[in-house]
Amino acid sequence: MEYFAQQLINGLTLGSIYGLIAIGYTMVYGIIGMINFAHGDVFMVGGFLALIVYLALVSLGITFVPLALMIVLIVAMALTALYGWTVERVAYRPLRGSFRLAPLISAIGMSIFLQNYVQVAQGPRVKPLPPVVTGGYQFGVPGGFGVNISNVQIIIIATTVALMTGFTLLVAKTPLGRAQRACEQDRKMASLLGVDVDRTISLTFVIGAALASVAGLMYLLYYGVVDFYIGFIAGVKAFTAAVLGGIGSLPGAMVGGLLIGLIETFWSAYFSVEYKDVAAFSILIVVLIFMPSGLLGRPEVEKV
Amino acid sequence: MTGPLLAIRGVTAYYGAIAALKGVDVDVASGEIVTLIGANGAGKSTLMMTIFGSPPARDGSIVFDGQDITRTPTHEIARLKIAQSPEGRRIFGRMTVTENLQMGAAVTKFAHYDEDLRRVFDIFPRLKERAGQRGGTLSGGEQQMLAIGRALMSRPRLLMLDEPSLGLAPLIAKQIFGVVDELNRTEGLTVFLVEQNAYHALKLAHRGYVMVNGRITMSGAGRELLERPEVRAAYLEGGR
Repeated sequence: MEYFAQQLINGLTLGSIYGLIAIGYTMVYGIIGMINFAHGDVFMVGGFLALIVYLALVSLGITFVPLALMIVLIVAMALTALYGWTVERVAYRPLRGSFRLAPLISAIGMSIFLQNYVQVAQGPRVKPLPPVVTGGYQFGVPGGFGVNISNVQIIIIATTVALMTGFTLLVAKTPLGRAQRACEQDRKMASLLGVDVDRTISLTFVIGAALASVAGLMYLLYYGVVDFYIGFIAGVKAFTAAVLGGIGSLPGAMVGGLLIGLIETFWSAYFSVEYKDVAAFSILIVVLIFMPSGLLGRPEVEKV
Repeated sequence: MTGPLLAIRGVTAYYGAIAALKGVDVDVASGEIVTLIGANGAGKSTLMMTIFGSPPARDGSIVFDGQDITRTPTHEIARLKIAQSPEGRRIFGRMTVTENLQMGAAVTKFAHYDEDLRRVFDIFPRLKERAGQRGGTLSGGEQQMLAIGRALMSRPRLLMLDEPSLGLAPLIAKQIFGVVDELNRTEGLTVFLVEQNAYHALKLAHRGYVMVNGRITMSGAGRELLERPEVRAAYLEGGR
């Protein structure tokens, strides 16, 4: 039981990170109908930027951890958002109105470019971060294994809950959120109502990148390392999460992220670590056989 | 103000290599209801969209209130308070009725949102009953009311209606024409109306234009066009 509870906490932590990345995939898919394959690498860039900003702060003598993390969070979000904006501007906008595969190919190119750019600029080796947030809480009976929840895990889960709540409100209640949903449903009508479609799409990339950078920071805090390749694996997982939840659906991305995190963790804990990815992808296949539009996705057929 | 509110001069537009508009001249003066009638595929809806720059006019000019909008991006034209209830209504099906109306109010920056919402609900009480319902679940007539209501939320200086009676029961179509007439009388709303239902449209309008194959072939006062034998033969008695 304790072991189970422990794995649940670990799974939720990992799932939070996947969920934050998955939102970026699903939002972009919803609004322009393409898979932004460079999104995982934007997450990786976010992780690097967080590390660089943190080390810069330390060298400036700012070592009070809550303050430093706040600054890292804000600066990394802003800089990564700029990356997201640039990626859309350079690689996707010129191809809008072109055939469907063109932006997809461009996205793969962008992904390769970002990986190689970071590899050249930062070196291929794993970059470590000394533990910044330490400590935690232990529950359970004396003599048993106990259940550990570290402060890092608390920060990750709490931040994710806060961001997802804020983000859900943004989409549901604000003019920007409405404009995004309008562009999703009928771009031409949105522009007839005065919505600047290009700007709305840009902002979608900016928000997706900002959320991915938070995931990057959390990955860095949780694992203590980043390298130029983390974006690929995490990106594929988060993309899987978005598809599992129903691509285009925001709650779907959040639920899908958590599920993939939980499946992976439990499979590793009870069966084998080597096959955790196989387990995650197998569940995806099974779900898609029975629910082709994902758990919370909406069926393609629409009333006209 | 001198000159008409909307002046279209020699406008051509293309879909790929196919000419949809072949040099169109239309004027809409402030306070007028002007209608454009014509058969399916004559280019009426294209003209409505070309006024909004989508597809853009290749030649000619479109001037709104003294400002040349021929090359202005679509969303900026909307911000000049030209509102359109387009062909097919284009309701946001996965948004509620209220959210659809909020989309219409976006160009006003919600400066007088509550007042405008009340006004639209007064004009179409049906929409008030359906306020929380998704647009996609409304009937055809209700969707048309919503499309017009959404356009009115921007306090338009020019209201463009594309086939508001299409697919509606005659009674509902009559009700919608009645609303347009009343808004024009009481508030001096300027309306540019595209219709296949030539009889109702010409009866309602101050002036009318007839479009055939991307060209204006006739124009005149609404009642006068209604009396012309060639109009009667082609659009009123021709088995429509």
